[in-house]
Amino acid sequence: MKETNIEDQFQAKIDAEIKIEPKDWMPDTYRKTLIRQIAQHAHSEIVGMLPEANWITRAPTLRRKAALLAKIQDEGGHGLYLYSAVETLGVERDELLDELHSGKAKYSSIFNYPTLTWADMGTIGWLVDGAAIMNQIPLCRCSYGPYSRAMIRICKEESFHQRQGYELLLTMMKGTDAQKRMVQDAMNRWWWPAISMFGPNDADSPHTAQSMKWKIKRFTNDELRQKFVDVTVEQAKILGITVPDPDLKWNEERGHYDFGQINWDEFWEVVKGDGPCNRERLAARKNAWDEGAWVREAASAYADKKSKRQKTAAA
Amino acid sequence: MTKQEALLKYVLRLADNVSILGHRLGEWCGHGPVLEQDIAMTNIALDCIGQARNYYQYASKIEGIDKTEDDYAYLRDPLDYYNLLIVEQPNKDFAYTIVRQYFFDVFHFLFLQKLSDSKDKQLAAIAEKAIKEVTYHCKWSGDWVLRLGDGTDTSHEKMQHAIDILWTYTGEMFLMDEVDEILLKEKIGVDLIGLRQEWLKIVSEHFKEATLTLPETTWSQKGGKQGYHSEHLGYILADMQYLPRTYPGSIW
Repeated sequence: MKETNIEDQFQAKIDAEIKIEPKDWMPDTYRKTLIRQIAQHAHSEIVGMLPEANWITRAPTLRRKAALLAKIQDEGGHGLYLYSAVETLGVERDELLDELHSGKAKYSSIFNYPTLTWADMGTIGWLVDGAAIMNQIPLCRCSYGPYSRAMIRICKEESFHQRQGYELLLTMMKGTDAQKRMVQDAMNRWWWPAISMFGPNDADSPHTAQSMKWKIKRFTNDELRQKFVDVTVEQAKILGITVPDPDLKWNEERGHYDFGQINWDEFWEVVKGDGPCNRERLAARKNAWDEGAWVREAASAYADKKSKRQKTAAA
Repeated sequence: MTKQEALLKYVLRLADNVSILGHRLGEWCGHGPVLEQDIAMTNIALDCIGQARNYYQYASKIEGIDKTEDDYAYLRDPLDYYNLLIVEQPNKDFAYTIVRQYFFDVFHFLFLQKLSDSKDKQLAAIAEKAIKEVTYHCKWSGDWVLRLGDGTDTSHEKMQHAIDILWTYTGEMFLMDEVDEILLKEKIGVDLIGLRQEWLKIVSEHFKEATLTLPETTWSQKGGKQGYHSEHLGYILADMQYLPRTYPGSIW
């Protein structure tokens, strides 16, 4: 009886747009949903550093090199805020990383695709960060306080990344045929994975209804995907590149673009671990962690020694 | 050699040092031992690239021709690169990276202190700006020297090994050649020999605290400042220069 009351009160707070804070009571499933979602998001940030880091040493100008380094550094920072947000729910970062390394936890499948040319650096900023922003802006109003506050900071930086990526592509499209070819090719490879980032169609997304009731989510996957397509197609026109979808057509009646069917078989294959770079990405993360073990051990051994010395000195 | 020629070479040496070191640190990005340190290394890489850009832009002014910062970074061959050998040494592991960084950071800090008094106003200004960043670099690498030197047996051993290997690259930092002499006389450049004692004092005291030992050998690798590098630089530049070299004249 008491439990129902608490749950009602919890829902009433959500309905009144009052943020849930770490020490507040929350249903177990709310906590678990948030842990899973925020951890996935944090993992996506740090795995997402890898495809871009692939081009740091080959960035074609010093200005671009600095911008790329700064962007990836931002992503690392996002990872930090998000891991901290999960820690407020009672799970340590190391536990979450173990789940990432064992393959139990997921991250955004988009990062399992390879970065093959310099145009991919612009395309990731434009499409991938663009899609992420669509997803993330509503999360700034998420009912869980620490997540919502982390998202406000993250969104500011993401929108900067998106403009930077688009500007990179505009510059290349003003250039030589070889550069234009790289941009179109990057679009061909990234378009479908990018619009898949919003997740399965609403009919196949079992958690959406509950997440919307809890105001973790504010829009459905298909709503966000549609919004993204509508905005991005116009941007592609300005760039002067083709969207690789023969079914893409403006629908006057709906006031939206119609677009083709996503290849969900491919989507699920990549989610399950069989994308072009799943193995490499995970191996790179695990390797960094394993190779860094002695460093982390040394740091904590040194901290222990130091505090013992201070105690001895004080005594 | 004219004063002008010496100044250009001097500035390019400074630029190449930080450009190449920043490049090496950038290789760590996404692969650091822990997220905070991944971010710290990227941050230092960014500082280095920023400093390099300031120097390259100044080099272009000295030459007085229509060259950009990128022409210097992307269109010179190893023989025309003048960085110290130490900065091009591979990352290898975190201990190597820290030792390389610490040796260079302490030198860099002392060097910039002097350079900020240069009669050349532009160099003095760049140095003054850079020294704020390098103060942090010194603290970061210095803290890690302590943690790893006085951490576990494994970390101590890895650090000592890195020191023993990288030590032979430290002597070059204090070698004066014609370029240095000309600019020292003009009160533009820094007396490198004069920095050595202070550098040695700081490093040896710090190593003592970190329970690490300074090698006794005084033999030193050299040549970087004159364009004669280790085998590593060719590969660095092959990566770095691939796009501008493959697609000449393209705007990126």
